[in-house]
Amino acid sequence: MFDQIFEIGNASLFMACLLSLFIGGVLALQTGPVMSDRGVTSFIGGMVGLAMCKELGPVMMAVLIAGRIGSAIAAEIGSMRAYQEIDALRTMNINPIHYLVLPRLIAICVALPLLVVFSTLIGWMGGALVVVINPAINLSYTGYINSLGDMVALGDILNGLIKSIVFALTIGLVSCHQGMETIGGPRGVGRSVTKAVVNSIALILVFDYFLTRIMINL
Amino acid sequence: MTRENDSKDGGVCVAINGLCRSFGDQEVLRDVNLTVHPGEIFVIMGPSGSGKSVLLKHVIGLEAPDAGEVRIDGKPAIAEGVRDHCRMAMVFQGGALFNSLTLAENLGLYLREHQLKPEPDIERIIDEKLALVNLTEARDKLPAELSGGMRKRAAIARALVIEPQLLLYDEPTSELDPLMAATVGREIVNLQRRHSVTSIVVSHDRDLAFGIAHRIALIRDGRILCIGRPAEIRANGNLEVTEFLSANFKHEPKSIEEK
Repeated sequence: MFDQIFEIGNASLFMACLLSLFIGGVLALQTGPVMSDRGVTSFIGGMVGLAMCKELGPVMMAVLIAGRIGSAIAAEIGSMRAYQEIDALRTMNINPIHYLVLPRLIAICVALPLLVVFSTLIGWMGGALVVVINPAINLSYTGYINSLGDMVALGDILNGLIKSIVFALTIGLVSCHQGMETIGGPRGVGRSVTKAVVNSIALILVFDYFLTRIMINL
Repeated sequence: MTRENDSKDGGVCVAINGLCRSFGDQEVLRDVNLTVHPGEIFVIMGPSGSGKSVLLKHVIGLEAPDAGEVRIDGKPAIAEGVRDHCRMAMVFQGGALFNSLTLAENLGLYLREHQLKPEPDIERIIDEKLALVNLTEARDKLPAELSGGMRKRAAIARALVIEPQLLLYDEPTSELDPLMAATVGREIVNLQRRHSVTSIVVSHDRDLAFGIAHRIALIRDGRILCIGRPAEIRANGNLEVTEFLSANFKHEPKSIEEK
């Protein structure tokens, strides 16, 4: 299981950094000049901070993991199904759910929240970088960090972490289910991979809306 | 440390009664009735798509029938806990080795997952079984690095680790050269002689079938055409049986009894 956690985290770390850096940067770039014009520059840090930890960090990382890891899980389990390895497990009285599904589910539930924390921090840094180098945004690095610190509370970070755990469960369950339901040879595996990614992303976006609705009222 | 189950040694009895199974509109098994006696080598022969492998999957409990039942020593094959009373193993047609594990890890998986033996014993058993199928040197190789025949032999070794009372073989000699096919045939007979393992073998290979079987069943379109000793099958006057037996016969095989 630790291997799986390491594999999921390690395999996605570079892409997570790249995505988060540019998402944070783009957020600051898009909103900074507009907010400067309206005299609310001091809110840029908070806006980037909240958007990253509550929304973009969890959703973007979940989409990334659905594409990279969800597809790999569906392909691996699907191949095992196609080549009768899962039947072989059953004949050995080894429960495929315990042996194949549970370790992957736990690994993804540990790795995704960690990636989200990492992604949020990198996103904040991306925003700070753009604020510092863009003359159209009339805000210092210290001002950005102060704004971020004033507006982002621990509850907001927890909000994102709760979302990431729900998304991780969604990706894990959908991908393992698609893998276990694979019928046929390589073409069947391909179908399962596509379904795993598409269904995971669709469910992530639907759950994101409802989770946001629920957590706004808390 | 002992085995997890309270099963006895020696073979088990397999009784198949009125087994029917369809996939969509296609009837794959139609009212199949047969009994395999403890310690018997029972070969099921038939053309491709006749339902042989599906029948085997019902015996080991991987498929549930639409009607009828399979009983192993009187207990339904699909019942929970049947494997606690009877050790069963299956050698799949393609081997079904776990591609992410080495050969040694494949063989040790059952013992390690069920924590049946201490690690030194597991290593010794792995070495023994690999030596039995001449794969000692491939111990640390991944299945993808092996030929089809080596994978098949590894699958047999993995099944032997379970020390089964009921051993099912799905086309055990496909992808094997004639020499290795004969070795596998001898090993099936040796296992039956040493441990009274009940063996059900599904095969196209008539040399193997007539060479090792105590009894043979011919199956066609999901129906049993005939069951009998090899000599009885050869003497059967049924047109479908003689057609099947005469097709592409290279030489007249001798049964285990005649040898």
